[in-house]
Amino acid sequence: MRPAAMENIPESYLQYTQRKIFIICLLILLTVLLGIYAINAGSAQTSPAQVLLTLLGQEKERLSIIIWNIRLPRILAAITAGVGLSVAGCVMQNILRNPLASPFTLGISQGAAFGAAVAIIALGAGSTGSTSADAVIINNPYLVSGAAFLGAMATTLVVLSLARLKGVTPEAMVLAGVALGSLFSAATVILQYFAEDVQVAAVVFWTFGDIGRASWRELTVMAAVTGAALLYFLANRWNYNALDSGEETAKGLGVEVEKVRLTGMLLASLVTAVVVSFLGIIGFIGLVGPHLMRRLLGGDHRFLIPGASVMGGLLLLASDTLARTVIAPVVLPVGAVTAFMGAPLFLYLLSRGVGKR
Amino acid sequence: MNLTVDGLSFSYRSRAVLKKIRFAVERGELFAVLGNNGAGKTTLLKCLNKILKPQAGAILVEKTDILALSRLEVAKRIGYVAQRSESARFTVFDAVLLGRKPHIKWDATARDHEIVRRILRILNLEKLSLCYLDELSGGELQKVVVARALAQEPRILLLDEPTSNLDLKNQLEVLQTVKNVVREQNIAAVVVMHDLNLALRFADKFLLLKNRTIFACGGLEIMTPENIAGVYGVPVTVEKLGNIPVVVPL
Repeated sequence: MRPAAMENIPESYLQYTQRKIFIICLLILLTVLLGIYAINAGSAQTSPAQVLLTLLGQEKERLSIIIWNIRLPRILAAITAGVGLSVAGCVMQNILRNPLASPFTLGISQGAAFGAAVAIIALGAGSTGSTSADAVIINNPYLVSGAAFLGAMATTLVVLSLARLKGVTPEAMVLAGVALGSLFSAATVILQYFAEDVQVAAVVFWTFGDIGRASWRELTVMAAVTGAALLYFLANRWNYNALDSGEETAKGLGVEVEKVRLTGMLLASLVTAVVVSFLGIIGFIGLVGPHLMRRLLGGDHRFLIPGASVMGGLLLLASDTLARTVIAPVVLPVGAVTAFMGAPLFLYLLSRGVGKR
Repeated sequence: MNLTVDGLSFSYRSRAVLKKIRFAVERGELFAVLGNNGAGKTTLLKCLNKILKPQAGAILVEKTDILALSRLEVAKRIGYVAQRSESARFTVFDAVLLGRKPHIKWDATARDHEIVRRILRILNLEKLSLCYLDELSGGELQKVVVARALAQEPRILLLDEPTSNLDLKNQLEVLQTVKNVVREQNIAAVVVMHDLNLALRFADKFLLLKNRTIFACGGLEIMTPENIAGVYGVPVTVEKLGNIPVVVPL
């Protein structure tokens, strides 16, 4: 009886890990399929075959331009940004030991919005006399992105230096982030109060978040930062698992807790800051991506980090595709669509208790 | 000599917590650290593992000074079980596999899995392999945490009140397991305890801490009514019941 049960352990454990790998592969496949569908979707009529031919460099010029310069960067940007935001949220929730930790709770998004508001209102990056179809034009996107990035990183650096100098606990770091977020929101409101209508509209428009702002150049930067951070996070997956078992246990297992925490926070914030400053504020992915995967895969970061990344990419791609197809040609703010799609799914999984076993 | 501590002193800012602690633990020994609340037992244990860095003194594990090593190198030599363990959403197998972390470079090898299997077998946990930690009872969880520390293949095992939340049966089971493992693997265990009777039953040597320093240290011979009364401030008598010494407060 006994030996048979013992033989069973590695076998059943193997099945248990293979199930997780299978789920991750399934999500990757879904992302690819959805990506092909998303390239097809739009006002210029295409077929999947044409898309494939274009990607292989075999198609006519007009379609080729639309696909290569508009649709493909948008789809890749949605996936990259989704991966970045989700994996950043996943790591923040672990190192801050707080399930609510995300770019929003730590004031990074609010810092970025303040930076963008300064650029648009005080530095005149927002246009006042627009003649195009859009009522609002941001005529200097690089200035806005740069200022947003500075705003986002300022929040992070204040929180991190507090932690570094004063040995602040994770709870205090979260609270400091919330406080800074409120501070930046208030500052944005004051700025808007003294701005002209069109400038206020430009700020609001910017905060909505729009994947379409990314061209190949932005995409390259986002992909490089996200890719590097993802590699670092993967290399530290055992450390994150150890941290989940408690700070002292982690130290007993040889984890340099302070170093892992500070570096992780810095990289997660950097990824978020880059994404948010290029695309505007996209909420909820950093929260719902990792938590969905915790439900599906459990808390093991060996699977959770790749899983949350893929889920984030898939969610944002799905949201963006929905946002630009549901009442085409109007493109809905992708951040709102994310929450509309993610929240009910999340509540459903919470109520069902998927992943209990 | 497996663990030698000499002249160990530790203070939080200006408040001294430990003063000139000195003792040695041999291989195969279960060493009990006793004393009332706030005597510095937990602090001592954390210093031995370099979780806290003592201001003075030396801690040698087989002639290597622990204080000169990186945290990772310490973890290869010393397994630590904290007073409170958190039950994250891991399976028992994964939780014990985490004990291999100090030895794992990129991914767990077949040898790592083999060690985890062996330890689960020794602690009688195989059937729970794929259960999640938050579904376990207190006793089972405590055994898993001990198993994780053992998976580190340590030369020294540090346990901080391993039986504090357990019922009688589990108290005996966990300590008996630790004692067996210490004997069989020929390692040393330093265990912080509150229950004097459990200490008398399982430990080979005793360290009585009082007012931040050593009150007495040695074998069963130091566990006299006078010493115990001196440390805890309660008059006691030490009797033998069926060859097992027990402490009875008067």
